[in-house]
Amino acid sequence: MSQMFCSARSLLRIAAVATALFPLSVYAEWGLNLPPPSSPIASQILDLHNAIMIVCLIIFVIVFGVMFYSLYAHRKSRGHEAHQFSHNSKLEVLWTVIPFFILVGLAIPSTATLLYMEDTTESDLTIKITGYQWKWQYEYLDHDISFFSNLSTPRAQIENREPKGEHYLLEVDKPMVMPSNRKVRFLITSNDVIHAWWIPKFGVKKDAIPGYINEFWTNVDSPGTYRGQCAELCGKDHGFMPVVAEVLSPEDFDAWAEENKPKQVASAAEMTVVETASAASPAASSEDVNREWTMDELMERGKTVYVQCIACHGPDGKGIPPTFPPLTGSEITTGPLDAHIDIVMNGKVNTTMQAFKQQLSDVDIASVITYERNAIGNSVGDLIQPSEIAARR
Amino acid sequence: MSAAHTEAHDHHDHRPSGIMRWLTTTNHKDIGTMYLIFSLTMFFVGGIMALAIRAELFQPGLQVVNPELFNSLTTLHALIMIFGAIMPGFVGFANWLIPMMIGAPDMALPRMNNWSFWILPFAFAMLLGSLFTVGGGPASGWTLYAPLSVQGGAGVDMTILSIHMMGISSVLGAINIIVTIMNMRAPGMNLMKMPLFVWTWLITAFLLIAAMPVLAGAVTMLLTDRHFGTAFFDPAGGGDPVLFQHIFWFFGHPEVYILILPAFGIVSQIVPTFSRKPLFGYDSMVFATAGIAFLSFIVWAHHMFTVGMPLAGELFFMYATMLIAVPTGVKVFNWVATMWRGSITLETPMLFALAVVFLFTIGGLSGLMLAIVPADFQYHDTYFVVAHFHYVLFAGSIMSMMGATYYWLPKWTGRMYNEGLGKTHFWLTTIFFNVTFFPQHFLGLAGMPRRIPDYSVQFTEFNIISSIGAFGLGLVQLLFVYIIIQAVRGKNEKATAQVWEGADGLEWTVDSPPPYHTFESPPTVK
Repeated sequence: MSQMFCSARSLLRIAAVATALFPLSVYAEWGLNLPPPSSPIASQILDLHNAIMIVCLIIFVIVFGVMFYSLYAHRKSRGHEAHQFSHNSKLEVLWTVIPFFILVGLAIPSTATLLYMEDTTESDLTIKITGYQWKWQYEYLDHDISFFSNLSTPRAQIENREPKGEHYLLEVDKPMVMPSNRKVRFLITSNDVIHAWWIPKFGVKKDAIPGYINEFWTNVDSPGTYRGQCAELCGKDHGFMPVVAEVLSPEDFDAWAEENKPKQVASAAEMTVVETASAASPAASSEDVNREWTMDELMERGKTVYVQCIACHGPDGKGIPPTFPPLTGSEITTGPLDAHIDIVMNGKVNTTMQAFKQQLSDVDIASVITYERNAIGNSVGDLIQPSEIAARR
Repeated sequence: MSAAHTEAHDHHDHRPSGIMRWLTTTNHKDIGTMYLIFSLTMFFVGGIMALAIRAELFQPGLQVVNPELFNSLTTLHALIMIFGAIMPGFVGFANWLIPMMIGAPDMALPRMNNWSFWILPFAFAMLLGSLFTVGGGPASGWTLYAPLSVQGGAGVDMTILSIHMMGISSVLGAINIIVTIMNMRAPGMNLMKMPLFVWTWLITAFLLIAAMPVLAGAVTMLLTDRHFGTAFFDPAGGGDPVLFQHIFWFFGHPEVYILILPAFGIVSQIVPTFSRKPLFGYDSMVFATAGIAFLSFIVWAHHMFTVGMPLAGELFFMYATMLIAVPTGVKVFNWVATMWRGSITLETPMLFALAVVFLFTIGGLSGLMLAIVPADFQYHDTYFVVAHFHYVLFAGSIMSMMGATYYWLPKWTGRMYNEGLGKTHFWLTTIFFNVTFFPQHFLGLAGMPRRIPDYSVQFTEFNIISSIGAFGLGLVQLLFVYIIIQAVRGKNEKATAQVWEGADGLEWTVDSPPPYHTFESPPTVK
């Protein structure tokens, strides 16, 4: 039934394609054009895009109008004799010069928009974005807030075991939060390979490149949730790395920023612990790291934290060698505990193994290490306490 | 000269038979045939990969392939189609036609010609073999962007080495073509009398010699970064990931014109024949081709507007890229003017040539849109780009070769192809091509990134249409093979030497099929 509905909609879309040459307003209605803009940049780009479209369509219709007329009128089957001309200097100069001036006409507004987009001065707020395989980190440089943003669509939906939700693949556990009607400047870089941060309605797309800090800005018209995706191929889960921005009114944003300011906790080391993005531990930083955790507690918690490791090492720990080594039976997960703790906390240079001490709480790290050593085909039998992780920070 | 002449006579009709004929041949016609068969084979190999991609994208969710294999398939599909189908295909036409068009007995360097072909099967065996290594084939896209391409296993190294081999093959082929055209033209065939196909190939050959070593350099640096401790592209060692993109696209943009200029040449041969008129604006066609070739070297960074270049750089590359529209426009206008007041018939080759002009122009105009930097920020790395380059590469390059096959097949085989089947093949190809790729414009504008194995539900309908088109497009190509086999087996009507009423040029003065050695004594061109 839903299949039939689908194909009926497809037919409507085809009809829309057929009429696409007519009024441009048809485009937006049928999702045939760029999405409705939500920022001055996006709306300037849309205007530019529509203008070029119209120019291109006019040229296209004229040139191929002439060609199809010729194909109709100058057919041998209609008895048309060939005229053996092969030069016309005046015409040739004209069709070289006229396109040139059309191009100049397009270049002027394009340059103006580009200059506008590249002016990142006088911003109200700066957010630093860091791309990771395959998640985003957001740091609010003016507010000392920092967190990670992961895909929250369940595997079951991706593997077709559950029906897909409305925002399938375009939903995250913790969206980036920003104010509306404020010039927000973004600094963007990457921790591993090149990614690109893109929200179509904002009209901005910028590459996140390791070793570079790129800049861009936007100013969103109204509060709401805006969705986009990583646009630069970044490996296996490139398609599973959405960008979601929660735009609040300036007042609501200020309240959010105040609420999420890092709490002044006793231990200085705790300052660096950011609230983890893991859905498994929403209040990780407030947990008691000093108490003795049991094996069962750690294993239960570790199983949920291990979701973070699945992208590379697989649900069963087999990995995808040689890029992503297996955890089952490996030297790290079955060897000395120190090396295991070190690689989880600090990552491994020149590989995609990230430093998780910034991303996970002490409890998370302790439990995931314990889990890796005693599940997914390993049975070393030892465990590590969160307090030991805290001591190593 | 006389020594070479005698030698050619000695070989006359003394060729080995069976497989040794093909392994050892130095005859431009045999080598041309091998290139064309190789190209057609790779077209199907790459096509099957495309169908696996489209099957996965038929519905949201992961169904057919896993994400790692999906990335390998997109990477290999591109490498195989570009280096395995389009480039060898054009070289095949060059081998068959350039000596016959300029009145030369063979290519200037026949033994090198043999070698440059026989490198290819080994190069592609290695490229495809990468799929069977631990870690799978290359999965970083055909652009092999560092640092992503530094990840991955032996499959990436095999890809790098196979690219080296393809590069050697292309450069040798290009040298051969330049030497042949410069030295072996028949008396009276001065440069400005050469058929446009020869001109476009001469310019393409220079692009190949200039561009392929740059790619070789880029992938070699990648190889040493991967295994020998260098850090050309690794910021942790003082390297620069963006450097790879600059080097790659300094090769990559001329490469785009390597893939399309011979197609322009083919269209410029076919359109006058079926309009029964000389090509309009021959001189300006030559200058426009040279102009495009020059511009192709100063526009590379338009592939990387989002990497965060300085404003001056963005403006320069935008303006330079827009300028390409001028010589490209001249070509399209000249073709239309060639048809104007002609005496037009619409045989299969003409239909393909017309489709190339029409559909390539759609790709050209979307290319102009992509040049506009602010708009490119929206289009970049989306399906809009995928649609754009399939309009220029499939509708431009591949369909021009299909047209060329119908156009010259009677000359090569001495038999006409089945015109009704040819037209059926044309219409089905054109329709399914548009069903496949036109909706991808809308997907891109709506925000679907390229190179993703799964997508959000809002993109479903257009992906369904696109996948249906792709399977139709793939299936119809079996008809193409059937038509060729039919003509080769000699069941059809015999072809005359002239073949086409309006055909003009030296290749139409020899018998159909031509003798094994043509123009042993050079013709005189007035």
